Amino acid sequence: MSEMFVSGQSGIGRLIQALAERGHRVIGPIVRNEALVYDEIGGVEDLPRGWTDLQEPGRYRLEQRGDEKLFGYVVGPHSWKQYLNPPETVLWSGTISPEGFMTDPMPEPPKYAFFGVRPCELAAMQVLDTVYGSDNGTPAMAGRSAQREQTFIVAVNCVEPGGNCFCVSMDTGPTANSGYDISITEIVHHGNMRYLIESGTDAGAEVLAELAPLENASDDEVQTRDGLLAEAAASMGKTLDTEDLADLLKGNALNPRWESIADRCLACANCTLVCPTCFCNTVDDNLSLDGTHATRTRKWDSCFTLGFSYMHGRPMRESVGARYRQWITHKLATWIDQFGEMGCVGCGRCITWCPVGIDITAEAEAIRRGDLRDTQVRIGGFA
Amino acid sequence: METLTEPVVIDQMTPTPFRVRSAREELSHTFTLELEPPNGDFVFKPGQFVMIYAFGIGEVPISISSSPAREATILLTIRRTGAVTHALGRLKPGDFVGIRGPYGTPWPMEEAEGRDLLIIGGGIGLAPLRPAIYHAMENRDKYERVIVLYGTRTPDDILFQAQLERFSARTDVTSLVTVDAADRGWRGSVGVVTRLIGRVGFEPANTTAMVCGPEIMMTVTAERLMEGHSMAPENIYVTMERNMKCGIGVCGHCQFGPKFICTDGAVFPYTEVGELFDIKGV
Amino acid sequence: MMTEETLTKTVAEQSFFSGLRDDQIEQLVAVATEIMVPAGKPVFEEGGFADSAYVIIAGRVALELDISHRAHHIVQTLHEGEVLGWGWLFPPYRWSFSALALDETRLIRFDAEQLRATHEGDCELGYEMMKRFARVMTSRLAATRLQLVDFYGNTH
Repeated sequence: MSEMFVSGQSGIGRLIQALAERGHRVIGPIVRNEALVYDEIGGVEDLPRGWTDLQEPGRYRLEQRGDEKLFGYVVGPHSWKQYLNPPETVLWSGTISPEGFMTDPMPEPPKYAFFGVRPCELAAMQVLDTVYGSDNGTPAMAGRSAQREQTFIVAVNCVEPGGNCFCVSMDTGPTANSGYDISITEIVHHGNMRYLIESGTDAGAEVLAELAPLENASDDEVQTRDGLLAEAAASMGKTLDTEDLADLLKGNALNPRWESIADRCLACANCTLVCPTCFCNTVDDNLSLDGTHATRTRKWDSCFTLGFSYMHGRPMRESVGARYRQWITHKLATWIDQFGEMGCVGCGRCITWCPVGIDITAEAEAIRRGDLRDTQVRIGGFA
Repeated sequence: METLTEPVVIDQMTPTPFRVRSAREELSHTFTLELEPPNGDFVFKPGQFVMIYAFGIGEVPISISSSPAREATILLTIRRTGAVTHALGRLKPGDFVGIRGPYGTPWPMEEAEGRDLLIIGGGIGLAPLRPAIYHAMENRDKYERVIVLYGTRTPDDILFQAQLERFSARTDVTSLVTVDAADRGWRGSVGVVTRLIGRVGFEPANTTAMVCGPEIMMTVTAERLMEGHSMAPENIYVTMERNMKCGIGVCGHCQFGPKFICTDGAVFPYTEVGELFDIKGV
Repeated sequence: MMTEETLTKTVAEQSFFSGLRDDQIEQLVAVATEIMVPAGKPVFEEGGFADSAYVIIAGRVALELDISHRAHHIVQTLHEGEVLGWGWLFPPYRWSFSALALDETRLIRFDAEQLRATHEGDCELGYEMMKRFARVMTSRLAATRLQLVDFYGNTH
C-alpha cells in the first residue's frame, strides 16, 4: 500500500490545478440540468459541493445534503465512455483521387484527466479496454487507445452507495483497487472535511509530490476511512446474485418472461446509453456534395433499436422481448464467453434511467426464481 | 496528406483502396468485382470475407469468391440489395473501393483432407463456397469425393453457371443443380436442394459438409444431413451473416448468442450455432 | 421385358418397399409391370384417369402443372427410387399433375384397381403401404413448402 496523505478541500483544489498545469483537460462531476454530469472543471468550486442524488428504479433527483461534501453522491447519467468512446467519433476522412484515397490528418486526441472516477467506473474502463484490445498489433480503434494511455485518473472511493448501486455483487467497489493514478476518500473527521489521498502509479506519486507539503494521514483518519468503506460495502442499494447466472440466462432463452418484460420496456435505449460498458456502435458514412470527400463516423448504437439487427430488409430481433433478452444475456452471460468477464459493473445507471424502472437485478432474480410473468406495474418513486 | 495507394493503416477501421480491374454482371441483380490490392498480393483463406467500402456511401461485408491461389486480384460477388451494394454495382474499371480484411474463420479445408467434401450452396451462397471448390479442385488428390450441390430459385438465378457446367463435365467431381421453379425449357432438377443429397454417394462418417445459404436453407440442410444421413454435427459447417459494421468484434451488431459472427465465424461448425437457430431473434 | 423373377428382385430392391415380407412383395409384383417411357413423353397427364401407381427405376420425371398462360410449370422432378403419383389412391382417381419423362425412364407400374383391391384384402399390407405413401406425401409437402418460401434468399 502506498503512503496515505490527507488534506482539506484546498488540497483537492491544488490537485485539479496541478493536473491542468500538466496539460490535462480536467473532467469531473458538475451539476447541470438537475443532474450530475461530467464536464470540464476549473477548480474545486466547480464540484457539486453539498449535493446528493436520490436514485430508485426509474427515479433520479438531486437534493442538498446540508453539508460541505464534495463527493456526497454516486453516478449520474454520464459515464467516462462519453470521453474515451464519444457518441460520435470520426474514424477516417479523405478525398478520392485517380490514385486512390487521400487521407486527412487526424486530430491529436485530447489529453484528459478524469477527476472523481468511481470504482465501478474504473472497472468499466477496464472492461472496455478488453473489448477494444488488439490481438494482432493493429489497434481496433487507434484514437481510443492513444487517449486511454494518456488519461490521468483520479478515483474517488464510495462511502455512501446509491439506491441502485450493487458494485459489491460485481466485485468492482466500493473501494478502488487498481486502474487509478490517484485515489481519494472523503471523510468527515471531528467535524472537518478530510480527504485521504494515495497514489496508484508513479505518475500519481509524482503529482502528489508536487502538491507537497501534504500531511500524512493519521491512523485515526485511516481507520475512519476503512470503517466507512466497510460500512458502504455492507449497505448496497441492490444485490445481484451472480452464481451460475450466465448458464441460467442462457438456459432461459425461451422463457416467456422476456415477452412479458417487453410489455413494459419502451425499447428507448436509455439503459445502453447510460451504461458505462455498452459499446455497440454503428458507422455512418457521409459524402460531400461534389462526391470527392468522405467522412466515416462511428456513432453509439443500441441493441434496443429495431434497426440494430436490420439485415436484407428486415430486423433479426423484431420483438422487444428478444432485444431485452439480448441485452441482459449479453451483459451477464455471453460477455463472459466473449471477453472473460461480465459486462456489468454494478453502477445501477440502467435501473435509474429506465423510464419505466426495469431493474436488471430484479429481472435476473426473476429468471432465477422461475417467475414466468412480470407482474410489476409500479414504476417506483419516493414514498 | 498521404496518398493511400500505399496503404497507411491507422487502425483496423481504416480502409485500404483497391482498384477495380473489372466488373461483370452475373445475374440480373448480382455482379462480380475484380479488385487489385495496392501492394500486389492479398492472402486469404476460403470462406473469409472483407469489408468493402463504397466511397462515402458505406461499407458491407462480402465473402471473397475467387481462388485463394489467385493472389494478383480478388473477386467479390455481390447482390444489389441496398445503397452500398447498388453503389458498388455502378463502379467501372479504374474506380476505387476501400477494403478492410480479410476477416473471419475459413472453411475447414485442411481438416477435411482425406475426406469426402460435400459442398452445398443456395442462391448467392455459392459465392462464399467457390474458393473452397477452387481449393479442392487445385488440390484434388487431397480429398476423396468432391460433391457440389446447388439450389436456386429459377434457371435464370444460377450463379457461376458456366463453371458449374464445367464441374459436372468432370469425372472427379459430382455437381448437381436444382431450382424451385422452372418451365419446360429447363431440363434439370426441380425441388429443394436437400432432395439432391439422397442422389449422391458419400460416406457420411468420412464427410465434411460445407453449407452456405440463408439460415433456413442451412438449418434444413444440416438437419437432413444429421437425420437422414447420420452425419455428426461437428462435420457440418455453415457460414453466418449479420449486418456487421466493423468486422473486428467491436461494433456488437453481429452477435449471435455468445458469438461474434465476424471474429468467431463467419464459418462455424454446426455444433456451435445449431441450437441458436431455434431461438427466434437470438 | 423383365421376367417375373427379375421384377420381384427389382421391386424388393426399391427403398420404398424395403422391410416388406416376401409374401407381401409377391402380392405387389402380381399387379406390377415394367414400362419404359421415352425422353420427352408423358407418363401421365394432368386431369387424366389415375389408373396406375409408379416407382421410378431409372431416369427422371418432371411433375408439371399446366398453366395456360405460362405454359408448363415444373413443380418438382423425381428420380430413381422415388414413388410417382398418388392420384390413384382416392376417388375421383385423377392426376393433379402431368408427369413428363426428362430422360428415357424405366418405371414399375402397378395397376391401381388391383393394387387397391390388394390393400383392401390384406389390411396389414394396405395399412403398411398407406403409411409409406403418407410419409412420401408429407415429405413432398414439406419440400414444396420450402420451395414456396424464400429458401435461397433470391428475392430482390
